[in-house]
Amino acid sequence: MIELIEGVLLTMLAAVTIAIVRQHNLFGVVILAGVYSFLMASVLIVLDAVDVAMTEASVGAGISTVILLATLYLTGSREDPPAHTPALPLFVATVTGAALIWGTFQLPGFGVAHSPIHDHVAPAYLEASTKHEMPPNVVTAVLADFRGYDTLGETTVIFTAGIGVMLLLRGRRKRQHGSAKEASDT
Amino acid sequence: MIEWQAIVGHYNYYVTVFLMVAGLYIVIAHGNMIKSLIGLGLFQTSVYLLYISPGKIVGGTAPIIDPKYTDYSNPLPHVLILTAIVVGVATLALGLALVVRISEEYGTVDEDEIVAMDQDQ
Amino acid sequence: MKLDLILRVGTKLILPFILIFAPYVHFHGDYGPGGGFQAGVIIAAAIILYAIVFGLDAAKRVAPQGLIERLVPLGVLLYASAGLPAMLSNKGRYLDYGVFGHHFAHAHEWGILIVETGVIITVSSTMLAIFYAFADRSRR
Repeated sequence: MIELIEGVLLTMLAAVTIAIVRQHNLFGVVILAGVYSFLMASVLIVLDAVDVAMTEASVGAGISTVILLATLYLTGSREDPPAHTPALPLFVATVTGAALIWGTFQLPGFGVAHSPIHDHVAPAYLEASTKHEMPPNVVTAVLADFRGYDTLGETTVIFTAGIGVMLLLRGRRKRQHGSAKEASDT
Repeated sequence: MIEWQAIVGHYNYYVTVFLMVAGLYIVIAHGNMIKSLIGLGLFQTSVYLLYISPGKIVGGTAPIIDPKYTDYSNPLPHVLILTAIVVGVATLALGLALVVRISEEYGTVDEDEIVAMDQDQ
Repeated sequence: MKLDLILRVGTKLILPFILIFAPYVHFHGDYGPGGGFQAGVIIAAAIILYAIVFGLDAAKRVAPQGLIERLVPLGVLLYASAGLPAMLSNKGRYLDYGVFGHHFAHAHEWGILIVETGVIITVSSTMLAIFYAFADRSRR
């Protein structure tokens, strides 16, 4: 049953992806990307990754859609028809895809309990948080406690990206709008 | 003889590879920078799937400890991907900020037009 | 903008629930899905919704831009300084939470809460600062 739900959701995800590739109106692309994020969140819920699903739904469909729309307002939503034939990109994509599919042949199937990923580290986390009466949500325990260094690094990356955006966009526009706008800024 | 069992069991990997390749195709084939960034986003999202789907156990539950359950899906990929999503949107915003500045400077966000303008000078 | 009556009333109805939901997600993150990252994004989303419906100036009165931009490094600083007590008192290494209490589970719960508070401050203020930066740019 769970394989069926998973399969249907993944097929819808693939269909939305095809629509994103073919759509040339960027406004449509952004909305489709929002649809894609919600579908991805549903897939993640089926895969028992509830924390990740929550993040994907709020970040992917919420914040990034808003930022993309703000950018479209600033740059225009028209995409020029491609100047080159898509033969070379298609070839590169097909070869890469074939190599990756070849690589999946040896991987364990869906939802198998004894696959290698479950042998190392994760059982130790589950055991330790049960033994020491840590917070029941193991994801929070691993995020903030067992792997606190990782999260410190990630937080620093977010901080750095935020500073970068402010540095790029807070300054004044230079060229054509220059003198008239400068007065209104101050 | 086609092994249907293996194909059904690996379907999530096939979709993951498809999403990844579609993202790659958009990045290479489309000159529009905003579309390229969305393609990069697709690529990134396929990596979420690649990490999370092997951690699932059929019959297991989300990794929130409860005496009623014994099988939990693997919490480690969840942690890695959770932070990666938020970092992903922050870096997407950084990329879009660059696109906005490029658009103000050149009046276009198309790579080919920008290259042509640079060569004219 | 003045004519969007349904949008305005609907937003006013939804906003308190979003703003309550964010701390719920933050503090309940130990027991259910959620945590600092999700709660931070939800807070930012609430204020962005307010800004979209009622205008950027109204949102900046609620969450002043200067304050938000000062909070961005403050969150990282809070997170990074959560590791210092253990290191300075020689009771453990950087980011060991043993010093925050006598009982193991209790101490670690405090440690996780402090760290997650650092995360929620950084994430919410960064997302808002990014939104303000883009929105300001469109008005010029």
